[in-house]
Formats: sequence, C-alpha cells, structure tokens
Amino acid sequence: MLILHPLLGLRDAQEFTYLGDASIIDRPDGLTEPEAFHDYLYLRDNPAGVHKELWFHEQGDRSWLVVTRNTVTHEILGAELARDYARGRGRSR
Amino acid sequence: MNQALRQTEGFVADLPQAALGPSQVQRVGAGLVDRSRTLSFTFDGRAYAGHPGDTLASALLANGVRLMGRSFKYHRPRSVIASSSEEPNALVELRSGARAEPNTRATVVELWDGLEARSQNRWPSLAFDALGVNDFVSPFLTAGFYYKTFMWPAAFWEKLYEPVIRRAAGLGRLSTEADPDAYDKGFLHCDLLVIGAGPSGLMAALTAGRAGARVILCDEDFLLGGRLNAETLAVGGQAGTDWARAAVAELAALPNVRMMPRTTVVGAFDHGVFAAVERVADHVAAPLAGKPRQILWRITARRSVLAAGAIERPIAFRDNDRPGVMLAGAVRAYLNRWGVAAGRRVALFVNNEDGLRTARDLDARGVDVVAVIDARPEGERLPGIRHLKGAVVTGTAGRLGLTGITVRDAQGREERVACDVLGVSGGWNPTVALTSHHSARPVWEEGIAAFVPSLDGPKGLGVAGAAAGALSTHGALATGAARAAEALEDLGFRVSSVDLPEAEDAPVRLRPLWHVSGTGRAWVDFQNDVTVKDIKLAHQENFRSVEHLKRYTTLGMATDQGKTSNVTALAVMAELTGKGIPETGTTMFRPPYTPVSMGVLAGRSRDEGFKPTRLTPSHKWAREQGAVFVEVGMWLRAQWFPRPGETTWRESVDREVLATRKGVGVCDVTTLGKIDVQGTDAGAFLDRVYANTFSTLPVGKVRYGLMLREDGHVMDDGTTARLGEHEYVMTTTTANAVAVFRHLEFCRQCLWPDLDVQLVSTTEAWAQVSVAGPNARRLLERVVDGDISDAAFPTMACGNVTVCGGLRARLFRISFSGELAYEIAVPARYGDALIRELMAQGKDLGATPYGTEALGVLRVEKGHVAGGELNGQSTALNMGLGRMVSRKKDSIGMVLSQREELVREDGLRLVGVRPVDPTAVLKGGSHFVALDKEAVAANDDGWLTSVVHSPHLGHQIALGYLRNGAARMGERLRVVNLLAKTEVEVEIVSPHFIDPEGERLRG
Amino acid sequence: MKYSALRVFREALTGHKGWTPAWRDPDPQPSYDIVVVGGGGHGLATAFYLAKEFGQARIAVLEKGWIGGGNAGRNTTIIRSNYLLDGNQPFYEFSMKLWEGLEQDLNYNAMVSQRGILNLFHTDAQRDAYTRRGNAMILHGADAELLDRSQVRKMYPFLNFDHARFPIKGGLLQRRAGTARHDAVAWGYARGADQRGVDIIQNCAVTGFRIVNGRVLGVETTRGYIGAIKVGVAVAGSSSRVMAAAGMRLPIESHVLQAFVTEGLKPVIDGVLTFGAGHFYVSQSDKGGLVFGGDIDGYNSYAQRGNMAVVEDVAEGGMALMPMIGRARLLRTWGGIMDMSMDGSPFIDRTPVQGLYFNGGWCYGGFKATPASGFCFAHLLARDEPHPTAVAYRLDRFRRGAMIDEKGQGAQPNLH
Repeated sequence: MLILHPLLGLRDAQEFTYLGDASIIDRPDGLTEPEAFHDYLYLRDNPAGVHKELWFHEQGDRSWLVVTRNTVTHEILGAELARDYARGRGRSR
Repeated sequence: MNQALRQTEGFVADLPQAALGPSQVQRVGAGLVDRSRTLSFTFDGRAYAGHPGDTLASALLANGVRLMGRSFKYHRPRSVIASSSEEPNALVELRSGARAEPNTRATVVELWDGLEARSQNRWPSLAFDALGVNDFVSPFLTAGFYYKTFMWPAAFWEKLYEPVIRRAAGLGRLSTEADPDAYDKGFLHCDLLVIGAGPSGLMAALTAGRAGARVILCDEDFLLGGRLNAETLAVGGQAGTDWARAAVAELAALPNVRMMPRTTVVGAFDHGVFAAVERVADHVAAPLAGKPRQILWRITARRSVLAAGAIERPIAFRDNDRPGVMLAGAVRAYLNRWGVAAGRRVALFVNNEDGLRTARDLDARGVDVVAVIDARPEGERLPGIRHLKGAVVTGTAGRLGLTGITVRDAQGREERVACDVLGVSGGWNPTVALTSHHSARPVWEEGIAAFVPSLDGPKGLGVAGAAAGALSTHGALATGAARAAEALEDLGFRVSSVDLPEAEDAPVRLRPLWHVSGTGRAWVDFQNDVTVKDIKLAHQENFRSVEHLKRYTTLGMATDQGKTSNVTALAVMAELTGKGIPETGTTMFRPPYTPVSMGVLAGRSRDEGFKPTRLTPSHKWAREQGAVFVEVGMWLRAQWFPRPGETTWRESVDREVLATRKGVGVCDVTTLGKIDVQGTDAGAFLDRVYANTFSTLPVGKVRYGLMLREDGHVMDDGTTARLGEHEYVMTTTTANAVAVFRHLEFCRQCLWPDLDVQLVSTTEAWAQVSVAGPNARRLLERVVDGDISDAAFPTMACGNVTVCGGLRARLFRISFSGELAYEIAVPARYGDALIRELMAQGKDLGATPYGTEALGVLRVEKGHVAGGELNGQSTALNMGLGRMVSRKKDSIGMVLSQREELVREDGLRLVGVRPVDPTAVLKGGSHFVALDKEAVAANDDGWLTSVVHSPHLGHQIALGYLRNGAARMGERLRVVNLLAKTEVEVEIVSPHFIDPEGERLRG
Repeated sequence: MKYSALRVFREALTGHKGWTPAWRDPDPQPSYDIVVVGGGGHGLATAFYLAKEFGQARIAVLEKGWIGGGNAGRNTTIIRSNYLLDGNQPFYEFSMKLWEGLEQDLNYNAMVSQRGILNLFHTDAQRDAYTRRGNAMILHGADAELLDRSQVRKMYPFLNFDHARFPIKGGLLQRRAGTARHDAVAWGYARGADQRGVDIIQNCAVTGFRIVNGRVLGVETTRGYIGAIKVGVAVAGSSSRVMAAAGMRLPIESHVLQAFVTEGLKPVIDGVLTFGAGHFYVSQSDKGGLVFGGDIDGYNSYAQRGNMAVVEDVAEGGMALMPMIGRARLLRTWGGIMDMSMDGSPFIDRTPVQGLYFNGGWCYGGFKATPASGFCFAHLLARDEPHPTAVAYRLDRFRRGAMIDEKGQGAQPNLH
C-alpha cells in the first residue's frame, strides 16, 4: 500500500505503524465516568467501507496521520495530519 | 524386449545405467537453439546432450526421453504436456546436495552444461515405481475416500495410517541443509509496467517507450517474444521471431525502457505495487561469487498492462494422461522454437482452428501426421492430411508411453490409430490470474468459451492480447498498443499514432468440448490425479460449489494451481448441474502466479542478519574484556564479564554483584529509551501521560514515573529528570522505548495538539553509564568537573555537568541497585572513552564492570520491577504501586484503572519469596500453591516472575505475583514447577530484600 | 449413511453409485426454534451439538455463501490447548478433548493428528514465561513439557542452531496438539448436523433482524424472512457488520491474516513449530505442503487478501528459523478476515436483545476452538446459561475490567 503523506508525498505503508480507528482521538477528557471511557476505548464501528484511521510515520517524520481508506478495496481517499484533524474535532490543550 | 519395442514404450528410460542416450534423435531442425554449441546434462544419472536455448524439457524430448515423472496419487507414468510454466507433469529434482531443488518444472529450466536432474516421487526407479500399485487399487482411492475411513481404532491414525499416507504423499524431497545461495531485494518505479513480452507486450512497450515513458517489461521466459517464438506466423512481412527480435533491439536501445527477462510478475498488490521474481542465476550451475540467485523486485507502477497470453487446455478422455499425450500448442512450440519433434507419428485431437496449425507445421517439417481428429463436424479439411471431422478420441494405449489411440468417428465407428504423440487442443484460457488478485471475478466470454478479465480488476491495470481474449496476432498487437496508449494519455504523455505491423487475424472457430464421455478414467488435473469421475462423485455427494469441488477432490491444488485444469473442471460440473459455466462458478487465482522460492522472499534477512544488531557505545571495550553478550531486543548487551579462573557464569555474576555492593560497579545502560520533553507545557504534558505528578518536580530533581495505558495497566516505568523550567528528560525501559515514544507523540499530536511541548528521542544520542556502589561518588569525583558532594548533589538530583575537563554530560543520582548510584550520560561518540576513563580511574576503588545478569540480581535484591513484572497484564496495584496513581488529575489510564476487577482487595500483589531451605532451587514461572492444597487450577495462587541467586544473602530470592499477596506476609507456601515435577517450600516476604530503609543509596 | 472401510470397499466394487449427498440442500422453512447465522465451522458445530447433545430440533444454519468458506477454509489447521490464562485454558482444553473424539463422534475422518506443537524460546525471560504457561496448562489438566536446546535439536536437527541471530534456547512442547484437516471439520459437522435433521441453507445471507420490544423474532434474509425463537450469530470476520443490524457496536476490529502453503514435499517437519523471535509458525500437511503463517497485516480490512510486507516478514522468519526452507517454493497465499477483539480473546454471550446470542471475536484462534465453541454456544442457546469453560467470554468484561489479555497488549486489536 502507498499513503499520500500531506507533507512528504507518496510513501510506502511499510514506513508507518498502524493504530486503528481515528475515533480514538475523541477522548473523554477529565475525571469522567468509566462508562464513557469504556465506550471510547473498546467499542468500534469497524465499517466495511470508508474508515478514518490513524497511521504513525514511524520510519519517517514521526507525524500521526488520519488516513481515509476503504476497508473493502483498500483504496485510500485521503490523508491529513492528525494534529489538524484533531483540532477540527475540537481538541486543543 | 527388443530395441524397437523399447522405443515405442518408455523410449530409452529403461536402458542400463551409465549408457549414453541416443544423441538427440528427435532434433529435426535448428529452431532458436544454438546448435554450434553442445551442452551435456544428466537425467536420473544418464548423460545426454542439448544446446544453448534448450529447456530441460526440450532437451529431454530431443533425446527421445519422455518418461519424466510420476503423478501424485496413482503414481502414473507421466511426460511433459506443456512447453511453459503451466506444466503439471514434468517435475524434477534439480541439482543436488544443499542446492537440490524439488518440484522444478522441466519446461522452465534453461539448460546449462553439467545440469543434473532426477525424477521424483518414485521408488525404486522411474520406470518401475512400487507405488504404481496405487493405480490398480484406484477404485478405492476416489476423491475424498480418506474422509470415510481410517477412523478405527482412533489411535491408529497417528501411528499407522497417517505415517503411511504422509510417506506416500508429497512430491520432491527438500534438502535438510541450509540454502547456500544469497538472495536480494530491490525496488523499482515506472510509468508503465508491461507484464509479458509476447506480441501484445512488445507492442505495448514499444508504444510507451517511444513516447518517452519509463517502462519496465517483464517476461518469465529467457527469450522475449512469447508465442511468436513458437509459431511460424508472419508479422509486418517478416517472420514473427524476427519481428520480435527487432522490437527487443529497439527497446534495448531506449534508455527509458528496462527489460527484464527471466522475471515473473507473481502478484498484484494494492496501489500499483507488483511483486516480481528475477531468476538471476537459475540458468547456471551456481550463482557467481557475491551474486544473488534470485531477486525479489517490488515494482511500483503508475499504470500497468497485463500481456501474459493464454494457456491451452486439454480435453479429458479415457487415459488421456499417457506419456505422449500433449497440448497441441506445446508440440508446435517444441518443433518451431527448439527444433524438436515430440514424436515420429503424431496424431492431433482438436476442437478449434489453432490446433490445426500444429498439423500444418509438423507436416511442413516432414513429421508424420497420422490423423487429425477434429471434434467439429463443420469446416474445411486440411489438404494432404487425414482429417476426421466430428470425431473424438476415446482412449489410449501404451504402458510407459503412448503407442496408439482409439478414435470414434462421426458415425460412431471406433478404430485404433498407432501414434507416439497425440497433440490435444481444447481451446485457450486467457491468463487472467493477476487480474483476480484483488478479488475481481473473471467473466465468461462465449465466443472463445473461456473466462476473460473483468473490468474491475486492479486499478490502473489494463489487459491486452490473448490475456484479454484477443487470440490472434493482430488482436494481440492492436490491443497491446491500445492499452499502452490509454495508460499514457491518462498519465499525460503525448502518444503519436502507432503503426501496427500487419499480422494474421484468424478466427478461433471453437466448438466447446470438455471431455469425451465413456468408461474409464479421464484426467482433468494431471498432477493431483483428479478425473471426470471424481468430479461426478463430488457432484453426487453435494460438493457442488466450485470451492467445495476443489477442496474435496484437490483439483487445482497442485504445483500448477490448476492452470490447465480449473476451467475444464468447472465445465464438467456445469454439465452435471445443468447450469451454465459462469453460473456454476468462476476460477479465482491468488498470488503467486507461479511458485516462488522462500529464499527470495526472505532476501538478505537470514542467519545472523535476520534482524539488525544494535551495539552499545561500550561494546568494543566490553568485547576486549571478554564479555559474554546477550540479545535484548535488537541490542546486544554484555551479560557478564568472566575473569580467568571462573568456571561458571554464577561465579562471575556473584563477583560482579558483591563488588558493586562493596566497591563500585560500572554498567552500560545506554539501551534505556531517552526522550527529551521540552516546552512551556512540558510539565502539564507529563502529568497527563504519567500516573503520578511531574509539574511539581523541582528543577534539578529526578522522579520515578509510572506510565499507564488507557486501559489502566502499566505500560512502562522509568525516571524523568527536570533539567530546566521547560526541559525534562524521560527514560523508558529498553523494551518499550519505541512504543512509549509513539504513544507520547500520539498524545501530543492527536489528544492535545495545542500544548506547547516537543519530543525528541535521544536514545542513540547519549551514551549512559550506571556507576553504583559505596565508592560511586569517589569514582565520579575523579571524572566529573565540579562539586558532586552529597550536599551539592543529593539523592535524586540531576543536572548538566561537564566531565574530563569540559565535555558536556548529564548526571543523575538515581539507583536501580539500591546503592549509592549515579547515571552519567555523554554524547554517544564519547561513550567508549567514558567507560575506559571510569575503569582507569576506578582501579584502586575496586571498579568492576557488571552485565545484565548482575543488574538483574541487584534490582531483585532491591525489589524493583522489570520485564518479568512489567508484562502488560499488571496494574500499579499489582505491583504495590497503587498509591502512585493520582486520583486528583486526569492522566492516561487513571479512570479505567479503577474498574471493579482491577481494584480487588484479593488480587495479585508483588511479593518477595525466600526458600525455606536456603539450598533450594527456584525456577521462574513456577506457581504458588498453598501447602495443604492440591496443585490444580482452582488452587493456583500466582507465579514467580523473577528468580535470582543473591550472593549477598547466600540463597535464591524471587519476586512473584501472589493472590491476596498483601495480606500474606510471612505465610509459607509451596511453589510448584509441574514441568520439572519439583516443588519448593517458600516464605512470603517483603520484595525489598536489601536495605528496605534506603540507607545505602543516601550514603 | 455410515462411513466405514467396508463401505468404501463395497462402493469401489460397485462403481461408487451408492454414495449419497453429505448434506441436503433444503429450502428454508418459515420458522425454526433456533437459527444459527453462519455456516462456518463454529456455526455448523453449534447446530450439530444442539441436535446431538442438547436435544434441540427445528434448527437451521444460514450461510451467505458456501459452508466452510470463511476462516474454516482459510487457516493453518493447528489445534492446541497451550493457553496461559484461566479465562482461556479450560475452554481450549475442553476443545482439545472434543478434537480427540471428534472422528468417532462425527463418523468422519477430519484427520485430527496429534503430532505436537513446539513453541521455541530464545531468551531466559521467554523461558520463564513458558514455564509459567506450561504450569498453567498442567494445572488445568493439559499436557506440557519444557525442552532444552539439546532436546529441541534432537527433535528438529535442521533448525538454525549455528548461525541464529536469536539462538534457540529451548521450547515448550504440547504433544497432544497438532493439526486437523480444516475443510473436513466443517464438512463433518455439516454432515452430522444434517443427519440429525438440521437444515443447512447455503447462499442465504442474513440482511437484518426482526426485533420487537427488545426481543428477536427472526431474521431477514436474501431468501426471505425466517422466524426463530432464538438466533445465534457465529460469523467471525463479519461480526461487526451483522451485529450492526441489531444495533450493536462491538469490541472488535476486522483484520486480514494471510496464510501460506508451499509445494508438496516428502515428510520433513513432523509436528507444529513456532518461532519465538519472529512471526512464523509452520507444519506440514499430509499432502506434503508446508503450511505456515505469521502476523496479521495490521490494518482494518474486509478484503480477503494481504500485502507484500507481511509475506516477506513471514518468509524472513522462516528462513531465520530453518534456512533449508529457502529452496522450497511458496505455492499459494490466502487471506482471511479475523474478528480481532480488544483483548485477543473471544465472546460467547447473550446480547442486550432477548433471544439473540453472539459468538465471535476469535482473533486467530478460531479453528482450534471449533468443537468447544460449537458445544459452548449450543449450551448457551439451549440452556440460556454459559458452559462452565466459557464463563469468561462475556461482552461486559471490559466494563468490569476482567480482560483476558494473553499477550498483555491492551486495547489494541492488531497487537493481539
């Protein structure tokens, strides 16, 4: 697989380490009830189709990317810096 | 047996040993081999001659050898049926010793001088094979018979039935010696990858090459040109082979074209990535020194054209597996390309026009074509040849080789025709394999009665020529040019109009005929001995889905992966179910297209080079000291430093431990992960990733930190030092250095992207050495510039210092051993010098290097957790560190660490373990059981995580996780090791065996 | 029809005319007592044991394609009960005991072959971990032996003892482990279930559940609505997709695992071997192919195919462990979709929907679990309470903090 890194261009997926569903960005911060953390950490949509997911450019510039990929065809529809994606989800500090 | 009979039966195969075979009696023309040079080779110990350009198969046929192998199940005598990589029968063992290579298709072995090959899957000889008896009991050995028997008595399966079956099965023998050859890997990039260098592939490459695109042209053959080399067809007014040679010459002159003969594209992967295997040295006895045998290329292509041609398919009829029954196209290829007449009296059995070409070519070369049995009642007859219309072959005769066939004509009359070769053409199946590697199913094309590629194959892959169902030479050239032009336009190249050379465009005129019905066995899958009867039985027993059919009968599972059998089997099943062929199913292919050696897939990654080896800065020095090294992840670390006179590792380790506790020990701890954490929010960031608090840590101080995963389990531990207001240095365990850094970057980039904090892994940047023991300060004072007295540099102090008169360094007063101890870090390139300086300066202080074993003893004596306890399954509470998890702040893992099962009062706790008998031997991994209880799971109270011998205490000590351990101090238990059938009575004690009050480290 | 050597003999003499279908192809009835969704090994075994052991009748198995076509037909055929944790080991040992009597139970030769599994270790820490595991196995009534380097060398002299990057120090051996003929397991259960009246309905995809007031009434399928008192879902690989139709999100991700086989070779590897310093495990089939595998590809996928990186990684492990394998040829690769769960262990449990039961999350341990999974799921479906060996396989275990994490990797499915 090849991933179009937003800064570095097309890179082999082997340079990256995979984490999983990008929903793991939506952490219920604070001293929240365990139930919210349970759903956040353990439950997944796991779609057969378009999936937003986290890849770490471990053998590269060490940026985390949110890659949009089809889990049935493996087609990659886009990739952006996870930092930007996270800010878009309202995360800050 | 007289000579003539021998020749019609097994040919020369049963002549006495060591006799030289007849010299190429079947060679009737020059073909494309170089007859000016002769190569000698042996098959089953007998010597033969051939020429450059021959394959092993063509050379054997030239010498009149046609018995080449035995089938898998019935051990039927077999000869070659094809001329290319689809060959199911002619499998040989090539070379010998460690280079022996089983199951090698004789059709793809390029002949070299001195080649050595043996037949396989036969005993005692190819001509007489004892397991040929299977053929006589074949009625009992039908598809799936083994599922219905061998069940009684149950124990007999492993003891009797299975060993017999295993020995009978298999094909060639794998050497048990290490593969002596080297393999390589490489990466290539191109605009257009062309797979196959027949007419369509050459045309595609020419089109793209002339337009200036970066082109890679691969072909599995050593001679480019594909079927043009096997035919007598004209292209552009010249012989097809000459056109091909000219095209190759033109391509070779283009700097933007890379031609790769002997290179098979074996798989199509995601996003235009292809795997290709180049056989660099398979056509010579052994690779040149320093050169690889094969190379695995990973080719990234912006666009690709599959021009892999088509594979001819046989027709099934009774005893159609006799040596001498061949594919008609192969008979023609041996004649035209290799100048070899496969037989002297040749009959043909065809259902399409293409098969007639073989008759014409043989006739033109003066080979006796005894009859053409044409299943089609319509159409013209060949002039001057006995051409039976509407006729079929119903059987064959001959033991080790074909002697004749039975023909049934249109009127139903049967007659026997004497012949030594029967060429069969049932039509051509496009080579669609790569197009279905992404799960696309090929579609049925009625016109040629074959599957052609679907349009939803791998993105960017076009299909041309016979692979796309364009079976004429004109069709191949035209589609090759068109697919290339489309791809180039897609990529923005300007393509000038292509001049297509003139070529035949003959229709196929195929009348589908899959099998001739009748009694007896008609083979569909030759290698695995699957017959029409087996398919009928599968149908009868409701194994009707294609996948059930394949799995039940083993059809298509042999080394040829059903290249000549799958479609025929589908058609037979379709007949039985009364459905159409596409409704019955499709054939699917998975990588690799042809079998690939494991060696090339591994490349250089083997033996000591399996994984990279990381060396510590003191490695050279440690080697000079005679250190014994141990693998720790990718690192090699000194395990202990034996001294003359020490005979066991324990002696060395005990000495190192005692010397450290008495004087001073020196240990390279560079392998610990080191991460610089800087920024105005560095403290706040650490508070969130550590369970305990770091923002309150004073500058110049170090604190032990516990890091949890979000699921509340301990991820890692280590010390983090605050070197400045906004500057921290974190250490991680050796094992988790990479994972922790990744995790911290996740937290930083994904969870809190606006915190002002930066991370840099500096593990390789700093050499770090632990200096531990009562004399540690005295030693360091001789190296460190400046005051490091207890007042100036107290316990848990840290700071930037200089050593040896100005070299920048970092000093941390931290202790893993429980002694007065420091860790000192210098830029990695000074690591070697530092350790030499420390050892030189410390001579009079008893400075002693210690390795990982002593390190382990020291930390267990002190009760620190490490790998055995940090197993990813433990919580802070388990480790006795529950109070370190701050409940007042949000940190990773805090909330979920409080779940009910994780905070059980009676859960596992870290304890110290002391054997009641000080001479007793404990084993790590032994389990706790109460003294009065039976050793069964219900009474399993935990296990020993780390066991060492404490030279300080003079007996073994251990750490362990014990159920309800906090409440069991002083209790006596037994630890059982059921693997060794031993048990030891132990007392549960505090895990701090030495200096629980910490007097020493404050010393 | 009963299979026997005598029957094979008689049929051989009479042209094999007497063999009957191994299972029927019935049309679905309007309703059943129990509908099992998924005609893989687990679903078929569930139906078999429901009929045989739990006295249930009116059972159907619904399969979207052909039976045994999922992971039952795409695995490396290994059976073993060498687990570490209390939640797992009793279950897998129960499964091993069922394997040991399977052929007589089914009257079908699934070629259960107990030629042993040897897990190699390469460091002292791994030896201690295997000691802990081996003891846990014996405590639970299974067999285990710890071999040292010389004992391993005697068993498998061709391993890389002299030029290894990570030297072999020994191995944990379970002699009762081995392999079984994977397809035959599915077929044997199908035939056994069919003989006991179970309707096996192929080419029948479940598209939804009819749920009223929190109770399941039946399933919508491509062959129409089928009513059921109880519905058991056993569709590992597709669990998230199917259960989404019942409104559930699962602690599961789908990942692709590739498996590999070489050309047929004369016997060279007797038992099952696993490399402890790389991702590689191997055995040799009765037909002679070396069957091997390694890691999952590592990214979410529903495509039954993988990529080169893992192919190469697995081959590297093979070459590092046994450098003779270099001249064996890889014949075929295939990819199966795994239910990778959040702690690497499976689920056999009720769901919040009354009458709807779930079996999944098998990661890559599904094949060896087939008999016990079927038995325990049948137990749960028939009696509405978990089988004693499967009590830990609850969906709520993450809420309670009762994870069964053999590898200690936490909530990251691709690391299990």
